[in-house]
Amino acid sequence: MVMLLGKKVGMTQVYNEAGDLLPVTVVQAGPCVVTQVKTIDADGYNAVQLGFEDIKPSRVKKPQENHAKKAKTTPKKFVKEMRLSEKIESEYKLGDTITVSAFAENKFVDVTGTSKGKGYAGVMKRHGFGGFPASHGCERKHRAPGSISSYASDAGHGGNLKKGKKMSGQMGNCRITAKNHKLVSIDEENNLLVIKGSVPGSADGYVVVRTAKSHL
Amino acid sequence: MKTKILDSVGNKSFEKDRPHFEIGDTVEVHCRIKEGEKERIQIFTGTVIARKGRGINEMFTVRRIANNEGVERIFPLHSPNVVDIKPIRSGKARRAKLYYLRDRIGKAVKLSHRHSKHTSAR
Repeated sequence: MVMLLGKKVGMTQVYNEAGDLLPVTVVQAGPCVVTQVKTIDADGYNAVQLGFEDIKPSRVKKPQENHAKKAKTTPKKFVKEMRLSEKIESEYKLGDTITVSAFAENKFVDVTGTSKGKGYAGVMKRHGFGGFPASHGCERKHRAPGSISSYASDAGHGGNLKKGKKMSGQMGNCRITAKNHKLVSIDEENNLLVIKGSVPGSADGYVVVRTAKSHL
Repeated sequence: MKTKILDSVGNKSFEKDRPHFEIGDTVEVHCRIKEGEKERIQIFTGTVIARKGRGINEMFTVRRIANNEGVERIFPLHSPNVVDIKPIRSGKARRAKLYYLRDRIGKAVKLSHRHSKHTSAR
């Protein structure tokens, strides 16, 4: 598995060999530095910690500085762990840099990011409920969810809502993984990944790009 | 900076040898058409009445009268399926979008000829 941290640049379009116009998202990924290597003996599991983008020097805290010093790099803004299987020893060493070229053999990727926040959204926007008519005597409940439960719905116990009932609430601004996106091309010179389709979050948002789980 | 990066990605699939042509020109558009496994090239000739979009998204509209019926086709300028564009004749046009041609029939459809460098060579 390969993993890289990056930043979403935005979307554009690209023609493929067949002449189809593909919608693509451009992600500026890496170069990432291995800031820590975790092993079963020391930490209980195998993993590699990656760092992306420098922190402004005036905002660096001492523990961050010393942590980065061990890997002989500068403190990083966006830090995430890549979990490795228990059997395989890490092929990465402390201070290694991983670039886009690591994805050369990958055709599909999963992209994790924080989706755009929509605030406190009603049930029609959040879950696609139908709402109620605008007229024909409908009063004060045009976008209401309707009945959410009944006394009999809980088989005698009464009065309880079903768990996970779709209701209004905070929409977006949460971690989302977009799975099995085709990797259209790699630009090693500018550290760019061109991924087919859309990717969670706004432009300039941090994303994690991984080899697609179903294509491992 | 962001737009620069996005353009650099999109511009890679530009067709670089597109000839210069203007609104009002009569052009031949050579289109690659796939029928099953066979490929052939279809030529669509007509007047360019609009160019829209920029960069990789640029499209142009070609209008012609076929069997007394107006036909318009919209082509992506940089599509690999548009094999060639040949400007044949320049027409006099005083605006960027010649949608008024849609209301005209017969002789009135024809724009008056204008001499220009990019078509006189042919």
